[in-house]
Amino acid sequence: MQKEYKSITSIAGPLLVVEGVEGIKYEELVEIQIPGEKGVRLGKVLEASEGRALVQMFEDTQGSKTEGSKARFLGETMKIGVSPDMLGRVFNGSGKPIDGRPEIIPEKRLDISGQAINPYSRDFPNDFFQTGISTIDALNTLVRGQKLPIFSGSGLPHNRMAAQIARQAKVKDGSDFAVIFAAMGVTFEEAQFFQSEFEKTGAIEKAVLFINTADDPVVERIAIPRLALTTAEYLAYEKDMHVLVVLTDLTNYAEALREVSAARKEVPGRRGYPGYLYTDLATIYERAGRIKGKKGSVTQIPILTMPEDDITHPIPDLTGYITEGQIVMGRDLHRKGIYPPADVLPSLSRLKDKGIGEGKTRADHSGVMNQLYASYARGCDVRELAVILGEAALDDIDRAYMKFAVEFEDKFIRQGEHEDRDIERSLSIGWELLKILPKSELKRIKEEYIEKYL
Amino acid sequence: MSEEQGIIIKVSGPLVVAKGMKNAKMYEVVNVSDQRLVGEVIELNGDEASIQVYEETSGVGPGEPVFLTGQTLSVELGPGLLESIYDGIQRPLALIEKESGSFIGRGISVPGISREKQWDFKPVVTTGENVGEGDVIGEVQETTLISHKIMVPVGMSGKLVEINSGLKTVEDVVAVIEGEDGHKHKVTMLQKWPIRISRKDGGKRVPIEPLITGTRILDTLFPLAKGGAGCIPGPFGAGKTVTQQTIAKYCDAQIIVYVGCGERGNEMTDVLMEFPELKDPNTGEPLMKRTVLIANTSNMPVAAREASVYTGVTIAEYYRDMGYNVALMADSTSRWAEAMREMSGRLEEMPGEEGYPAYLGSRTAGFYERAGAVKCLGSGDRNGSLTIIGAVSPPGGDLSEPVTQNTLRVTKVFWGLDATLARRRHFPAINWLTSYSLYDANVSGYWTKEVAEDAIKVRGDAMKLLQEESKLEEIVRLVGTDALSPKERLVLETSKSIREDFLFQNAFDNVDAYTSLKKQYWMLKCIMTIYYAGQDVVDKEDFDFNELKELPVMAKIIKVKDIEVGKWEEFEELEKEITKSIHSLK
Repeated sequence: MQKEYKSITSIAGPLLVVEGVEGIKYEELVEIQIPGEKGVRLGKVLEASEGRALVQMFEDTQGSKTEGSKARFLGETMKIGVSPDMLGRVFNGSGKPIDGRPEIIPEKRLDISGQAINPYSRDFPNDFFQTGISTIDALNTLVRGQKLPIFSGSGLPHNRMAAQIARQAKVKDGSDFAVIFAAMGVTFEEAQFFQSEFEKTGAIEKAVLFINTADDPVVERIAIPRLALTTAEYLAYEKDMHVLVVLTDLTNYAEALREVSAARKEVPGRRGYPGYLYTDLATIYERAGRIKGKKGSVTQIPILTMPEDDITHPIPDLTGYITEGQIVMGRDLHRKGIYPPADVLPSLSRLKDKGIGEGKTRADHSGVMNQLYASYARGCDVRELAVILGEAALDDIDRAYMKFAVEFEDKFIRQGEHEDRDIERSLSIGWELLKILPKSELKRIKEEYIEKYL
Repeated sequence: MSEEQGIIIKVSGPLVVAKGMKNAKMYEVVNVSDQRLVGEVIELNGDEASIQVYEETSGVGPGEPVFLTGQTLSVELGPGLLESIYDGIQRPLALIEKESGSFIGRGISVPGISREKQWDFKPVVTTGENVGEGDVIGEVQETTLISHKIMVPVGMSGKLVEINSGLKTVEDVVAVIEGEDGHKHKVTMLQKWPIRISRKDGGKRVPIEPLITGTRILDTLFPLAKGGAGCIPGPFGAGKTVTQQTIAKYCDAQIIVYVGCGERGNEMTDVLMEFPELKDPNTGEPLMKRTVLIANTSNMPVAAREASVYTGVTIAEYYRDMGYNVALMADSTSRWAEAMREMSGRLEEMPGEEGYPAYLGSRTAGFYERAGAVKCLGSGDRNGSLTIIGAVSPPGGDLSEPVTQNTLRVTKVFWGLDATLARRRHFPAINWLTSYSLYDANVSGYWTKEVAEDAIKVRGDAMKLLQEESKLEEIVRLVGTDALSPKERLVLETSKSIREDFLFQNAFDNVDAYTSLKKQYWMLKCIMTIYYAGQDVVDKEDFDFNELKELPVMAKIIKVKDIEVGKWEEFEELEKEITKSIHSLK
């Protein structure tokens, strides 16, 4: 049953009020027809009161007017049509293809807000996910069903790294695999970069792209991660695929949320962000996971830029409380010309221990990981000390550590943009580097592995 | 069915306003729309009621009905609670899965306690006896660990005229009590209790017994008493959840209620999968047999998150009333406070600090005050206790924010997690300089009596050394170790050993994760012996501190945690050896 009203009484920012309505539902979709315009604009009900609906538009309200415009209530919540044919395609924030090819024929239409996974039905993430980047694979291992964000800053090459991960990601056991890439509020150039990167390397065959550029409607930015994740859940739990979802940039998403919240005149929380920012982010991040009895999995790499590199800013802060670790990009490394500038020390993957070891990666992985981390940390300390005391004051062991830190950054962290290192390669680079240190210093690796690999 | 009903006039997220509700009561449970979503009345205004709905409200609109149930939001109490896994409003997650599959559907109504399961009821009183509220009338073996005591419900007393033994479901009548007015009350094993009201007790006592967690820094330096309240604030990645889970696994409470409030789904799954496997170090039985889990992850409806801590604490109080020592972990209370803020914002209430409602302080205090060591209601000398440990997740690790501050006002133990320590991989990352416990005086009697005469002194000296170390470290940073006197270097050496060999503890190593109190004492005592014996020699002329450092016995101290429990004579020998070796330095 569709109802049409001509009683739009006010428009403010992305919000408009329709009076005299009847039988409307919360979160129902609304089409607005503006006189003299061919198409319709889409919105959803934000507050349903008796005889009055507050509608949030997904598109710009510019040019819309209260007089003569028609509001049609569609009686259903926002849905996306999904099908395996979505692989290889590019969509915008309302789920329409923008690659110049025809619309897909959906196999199913799914509600984009999804439902919470019952914690009882979840299966614990246990399997290794290879990104081809040493600092992630070897030191902060990503596990299928995990959500591991990248905390970056303006001017850092997180987009290149994101594209590289999306290109190289694979599961080792040869299961079906897909990448879903959602870009929110990126510039035209960035959008072009992603699209051409995917097309150039052929990675687009197993990928779905959702792109919302910076001049697209703000509200679509709020919908886009949900479109991506609904598609991901469909591919994972109904088509048995392992899906990696890359979301960039969550900072733009949170800004959009704040903009809408302010337009709704809500009581602001920290730094003007709405009080429900945590809950809202959780409904995105928590859609990563595995489900008992299903073959597929949803893994997430959300990317966000920390304003002023401040990790205590609400966006990285709340993200850190929900996600299972973080990869932090280091400005110092970037300045030294090292790509990808993943700063190992503040980075952490909480689930790394579940995805490594014999049968998953290699038996010596855990030992090598701890040894590399500890040695690099000590190397960095020594380097600082050397600045104060001068290198001459260091003893031989300390000098070895300092050399290790430099080489580690140069050989292990640094990696070509099109260099896809598998886990064996990353670990053997690690072993190569450990040769710099005296054998007596390798306390965290079991003797048998030292004999075998050193 | 002629149910009383009102009509929805406004829907805004989890807040629904309905009219025609003049018979509604505050905090009454209602079913919203024909999908029968569970909600609770939180504000009444004329015949309009504001309802917070515990499920997603999309697709609900004005004009739909709201059904009154006449009951306030309550939990079901009775045998069958243990080993259960509930959502925030006591719906078993296993049954929800059966009803709606892997994703949580809406409008699911399942009982908190199984109505079919039969329990072997054994009476402990005979007919003709007079019984009052809280008196135990019988027992049921709920799990291999716990005997569930069936108590006379609050508000009921009189002469027992009938009592039945044998296999019963929770709804079968197990006893009949004749009140003074001649009215006969039927007693079943199932009770209900409104979650926002604390259960009646027979009077609070001062807590004097420590809650033994097996974590060395907690037990020795910052003890929590059974019946006390403590909080663990810390930024993300500092190990709040690991600390909470370690306490849940190893502490010596008989019943554990673990509330995962607005936290990660995968983390809850970890708990759900691990607890049935792990053995309780005190009894050798699976941990699940003494545990009730409440899981309301961050993407589950926000209003149910608000209710989840109350559901947990009411269940915990019920077991306390049987005379058990109960520990409740709430992870994290910041999410609970945020849920309150969200509802308050939707109600358009006047905000207090950082948008939190002005009643944040009194609600927080009300929650933590439900902890306590009590004399149980009813006759006989039964004592129970409820210990509450709340995790707090301050934004940006900034402890001046309202949730942390309000929590600190009502809890007496503060275990402050420190991101710097975590980054150095020192775990548990509890900062020994900022943390405190106000129960140390309460429990000192227990330590002196049960562990060792000088336990309190050794602990005090160790704390003093750690204090001194932090001052000395600043000097070292400026001028290096060489500038320090041997005496000062002794302080540094001993406190380094306290940090690395005593405070550092691996929660994932099955042996290291739990240390008994007596072993804790001996470990610390051996380490402190370096200081005690060292003092006698450092003042000697030409004393070379490096000689002390290179003593072979120092290597043994590093391995002090490997000495097995019970081999106290080995500790004693080590202590003597340390003293002897150090004294031998000329």
